[in-house]
Formats: sequence, C-alpha cells, structure tokens
Amino acid sequence: MKVEEKTIRKKFDNLNSNDIPKPNLALHCFNAFWVGGLICVIGQFISDIFSKMGIPKDELGTYVSIVMVFLGAVLTGIGVYDKLGDFAGAGSVVPITGFANSIVSPAMEFKKEGFIFGVAAKMFTIAGPVLVYGIGSSVIIGILYYFLRW
Amino acid sequence: MGRRIGLQTVEIESKPRIIGTYNIVGPKEGQGPLKEYFDRIIEDDLNGTNSFEKAETSLLYTAILESIKKSKLKEADINYLLAGDLLNQLSSSCFAARDLNIPFIGLYGACSTMAESLSVGSMIMEGGLANYVVAATSSHFSSAERQFRLPLEMGSQRAPTAQWTVTGAGAMVLGKKGNFPYVTHVTTGKVKDYGITDVNNMGVAMAPAAVDTIKQHFMDTGRKPSDYDVIATGDLGVIGREFTEKLLLEYKYDMKGHYIDCGEEIFDAKLQPGTNSGGSGCGCSAVVATGYLLKNMLKGKFKRILLVSTGALLSSTSPLQGETIPGIAHAVSIEFGVSK
Repeated sequence: MKVEEKTIRKKFDNLNSNDIPKPNLALHCFNAFWVGGLICVIGQFISDIFSKMGIPKDELGTYVSIVMVFLGAVLTGIGVYDKLGDFAGAGSVVPITGFANSIVSPAMEFKKEGFIFGVAAKMFTIAGPVLVYGIGSSVIIGILYYFLRW
Repeated sequence: MGRRIGLQTVEIESKPRIIGTYNIVGPKEGQGPLKEYFDRIIEDDLNGTNSFEKAETSLLYTAILESIKKSKLKEADINYLLAGDLLNQLSSSCFAARDLNIPFIGLYGACSTMAESLSVGSMIMEGGLANYVVAATSSHFSSAERQFRLPLEMGSQRAPTAQWTVTGAGAMVLGKKGNFPYVTHVTTGKVKDYGITDVNNMGVAMAPAAVDTIKQHFMDTGRKPSDYDVIATGDLGVIGREFTEKLLLEYKYDMKGHYIDCGEEIFDAKLQPGTNSGGSGCGCSAVVATGYLLKNMLKGKFKRILLVSTGALLSSTSPLQGETIPGIAHAVSIEFGVSK
C-alpha cells in the first residue's frame, strides 16, 4: 500500500481549517463587556468623589488616571490582574488599568536580570509599541487638525 | 551489533536496560491525574532558588543525581550524560552538568529530547562504547513562558489550542544487565513542516512529524499498532493527538485503544484551567515516560511500548520573522517481559 505524503498534507490542511476549536466568541464578548464596563464605573465613581472634593473639572482626568494606574499596578503585583485578564480578555486589557498591567508585569518578570538590563530595559516590551503608535498617530492627527480646522 | 532495518530504524540487539529512573515535577503536575507516578513533587516552583531558570537547573540536577543513586551507581560510573532542554544555549542542562562529574553531550530536540537522548544513549550502548549512560531532560513553565511568550503576570487569554509547559525533569540510566525494561528499536524522525505559523497551536504543528515517524516505524519493523500496549506521543495535546490519529488512518493504521498522548494525560483540562489542550515541554514526555509508562511496565501492566517524543523546532525569533513551525518526532520501542 502506497500513500503519498501529498495526500496526508492535503488531509492535514483540511483538518486544520475545520477541526481547530474556536474560542467562544459570544461568552468572551459578554465577559469583556461587563468587566470593562465595571472598571469604567469604578473610574467614574473615583471621578465623582474627586469632583465632590472640589478638584477642577479639567484636572479630574489626570487624577482618575493616576488612581486607576495605581490600582492596575497593585492588582498586577499581588497576582490578581493576570487572572482577571484570562477571564475578561480585552475588557481588562483596553482600560488604563490594563496599560499599567502591561508595564508592571514585564518589570516584575525581568527583575532577576537587574534594574538596568532587566526592569528598565524590558519594562516597555509590551507597552512600547502602544506608546510609539499611540503618540505617533496623535501627532499626525494633531497636524491634520491644525491645517484642517473647521 | 545493531543493524539498520528499513529506512529510519535501528534494531538494538544488546537491549540496553533502563536500570534506574527518577522524575521530579512542579506543584501543578503534582495535582494532575498522574500524581502517584512521580518520585518527588516540589511545593514551590522556584524550588528554593531565586529564578525560574535556576529552579529548572535544580530539577534536572536532582533527577540525574537521584536516578544514578537509584541505580546504585556513582557519578564516576557513568560514561556519558546526554541531556537537553528548551532554554537558550541549553542553559539548564549545561548548568546542571557543571555540578556533575560526568562527560556531557548536550542535545537539542526541543520537546523530543527524552526520546532523542534515549535513542542516542541506546546507540552508544549498542556500540559497546559505554557501561552506563544517563539520558535526561527538563522544562519549566515559567522559564519557558518568559523566553517564548508573555510575562507571567500579564493579563491575557490563552487560546483553546494552547498548551501548558510542564514543570519537571526526568532521567533514565541505561545499563547492560539486570531484569529491567530494555530498548529494542530506535526510529529517528525527519523534520516535518506543514506550514503552521500559530505559536499557540504547537500540538498540531508537530502532528505531521509524529505521523511520519510512527508510520515509518511500523513500515520498517513490520509491526502494527496492536503490537504495542501503549504508543505514547510526547506533547501533542488533545487536538494534536486527534490529528495524528486521523492522519495515521490515511496510512491504514488504526491507533484506537493503543494510543495516548503524554501531554493529554498529565493534566486534567477541566480541573486545571489554563492547561487547555494539554501539557507540553521536554519535561512532559520525560516525566510521563519515567513515571506512568515505565512504572507500569515494571508492574507488568505494559509489556511493549513505543515512546514518541515530539518537538517543535522554533526559536523565539523565528515566528516573528514569519517562519513556519517545523516539528520532529523520535520513536523508541521499549519492552519488558515479552515472551518470544
């Protein structure tokens, strides 16, 4: 009996396009939606408290960001945020707490390699691209806005 | 002297015995379904060291040393140490060998290292070039994650096809005499790459290599799946195992009832969330082979097994450059108490 490897490869490609389990999209979207929403509600709650304390409206955003980044960092440090991320996916990655997580987690991980070549050098391995393209695109939008002001 | 049979197989006539084995695993593996087969389960995955790399080295060192002790030998009796792991420049093996007084050959076969080192060890024994050889390998979840994937505390989701690197090390001592399981055939695999690029789909990427090696083993030896009590692939996981079964059917080899995958057996995906498709890593087939497989052979439950450790030969940079994932599989046939 002679079976060509080509047949096997064809069968493999066929299995690979049909038999790979897909993530449960509806459930993941639902979890991302309510956890992400909850994080935003917490942010709004903090914002309201600061507002009551008499902090001016245009500075509120900065204060809230500082608190949320702190919370994200603490939850990463005590090993909670990775579990939250596994459950909520983009729901916990997209808010600013997720940004804190993406900086604190490599900083913790690479502490063994020292503070210069470990923590400092590796801290932005994940957040770096976000910063580069985030800041880069905001500059481009800024230039466009300057010339196309309506 | 051994002889070549077929295209890729060597018959080992001197039947080198596996006279002593030892395995040591991490806490998660120690909670899995195969826990009773492990010699030692550590409680802290740093194993008293201050980095995961050092922890992996300590696991490998312990496995090698204890396997030699269990064989009632001393370091100086061993002619060769054949070992490998997943980390860059085989760091775990090299650093473990640094503290051992044994001539060392480092092997890289990714997660296929257990079968690879056992194959090479058996060939050295067959050539009459050694009295005792140690074949060993290790992997560690956290050291592998930091080399190949994301930081541990980074909150992200694992794909359903993702596998969990086994924290553990296993070692086997090969000798000439005694009433122990022995190696009869070695089939060395070819590198197979069917174009998978998803690093979260390693089991499927390695399946073609496993299929090719198992098929070739059967063709070379004239055996069939039912000649084996167990055929165990290394770390294909649930999905890779299903692929392998289906693809071998194309060659008219029905594996049903004779086939397990070490990665699928070592964790219980329902009770141990995150392990998804199963275990992986060099340590996976090492601890299952030295545990579940060989211990059951000694008990007489299995008489003839085929260990097919499978490796994904990617580096941490190759997927970023758009390379596909090549796979390899090596097969070693082990017997104990087979009446001729």
